[in-house]
Amino acid sequence: MSGKNERELADLLRAALAGDERCYSAFLDRVAGLVRAYARGKITHGGVDAEDVVQEVLLAIHLKRHTWLPEAPVLPWVYAIARFKLIDAFRRRGRRVEIDVDDIAETFAQPEVETVSARDITRALDGLAPTQRSVVAAISVDGRSVEETARTYAMTEAAVRVALHRGLAAIARRFGRE
Amino acid sequence: MDTQDLIRAMAADTRRQALPLATAWRVALALALVLAGAVFALALGPRPDALASLETARFVFKFVVTLALAASAFVLLRRLVRPGEEARAPLGWLLAGPLLLLAAVGLELLAVPSADWAVRLVGVNARVCLTFIPLIGAAPLVVFLAVLRHGAPARPALAGAVAGLLAGGLAGAFYAAHCPDDSPLFVAAWYSLAIAGLAGAGALLAPRVARW
Repeated sequence: MSGKNERELADLLRAALAGDERCYSAFLDRVAGLVRAYARGKITHGGVDAEDVVQEVLLAIHLKRHTWLPEAPVLPWVYAIARFKLIDAFRRRGRRVEIDVDDIAETFAQPEVETVSARDITRALDGLAPTQRSVVAAISVDGRSVEETARTYAMTEAAVRVALHRGLAAIARRFGRE
Repeated sequence: MDTQDLIRAMAADTRRQALPLATAWRVALALALVLAGAVFALALGPRPDALASLETARFVFKFVVTLALAASAFVLLRRLVRPGEEARAPLGWLLAGPLLLLAAVGLELLAVPSADWAVRLVGVNARVCLTFIPLIGAAPLVVFLAVLRHGAPARPALAGAVAGLLAGGLAGAFYAAHCPDDSPLFVAAWYSLAIAGLAGAGALLAPRVARW
């Protein structure tokens, strides 16, 4: 099971790194399920929101995807990031936790679905520069393409891509400070 | 923003590729060597008999031990910036330099009468050593911290300390070409202290600088 998972995820991520957006979506979607299961298993006392951790991990994976080597296994990489971000989230809540690396193998099993669907949009987008906020909101919440967004805001596609990337990086930084 | 929205935004951002780590390391190493070399050349320069001294074992050994430290730190550091590899990082490799040095200290104690041990240990240049190894290593440390920032160190303090050892090993090798004290006793006492300072600075700075 986890061997197949591993192979499929590695293939998806390789395709994604070569520029395939669909594969990247599929990869992130499946990783979100795995990380959600992992985070829910570890968060036993509350105080830390599992879905926040999922989003934080996905952002870290996205911004640090160059730290995965195409010939290396992908699941240990994903879980190392998840573990790091979870510990960070606990630390910010003033809790001390020890998570064994060995635990990780147990959590491969089944992904969980997201239950909290209506998350506070303004919270993640707040604090972004106005252009970044418009661009990130158009592409994420409204589901527009880069081309459409560029037309709507009379920007070049390159400028939209830069604003999107910086917006995502800014959201990731905000997570780290909350 | 729900998680699906976030995934949509990230998928639209696939085209932007960050600098590959292998390239970052190559650039960083080249830059560190140039900067350390520049500080060394401007502030100290090699000692007049440096070339001739290459025939003496003690002189050459200073490079062996500092470069062994730098090499082991580099191998380790490459892993420490990749999540999932930090747990299996071969920390024991770092012992290569210290063990070599220990062996050399043993030989030195056998070769030199005990009356001279203190003189060799203190040398003539201890203060210069403690000043210039950190000074030569400072710019490389900054460069390596920048790579840590680009990567994703899951154990940032450890990664910072190892970055300090790498910077210190390189700085020690440059400094060795200037320093007239060749005894392993001197190297063990003062180089170690100076390099430990850089490692400490790295351990303190990395968790702040390389947050991710």
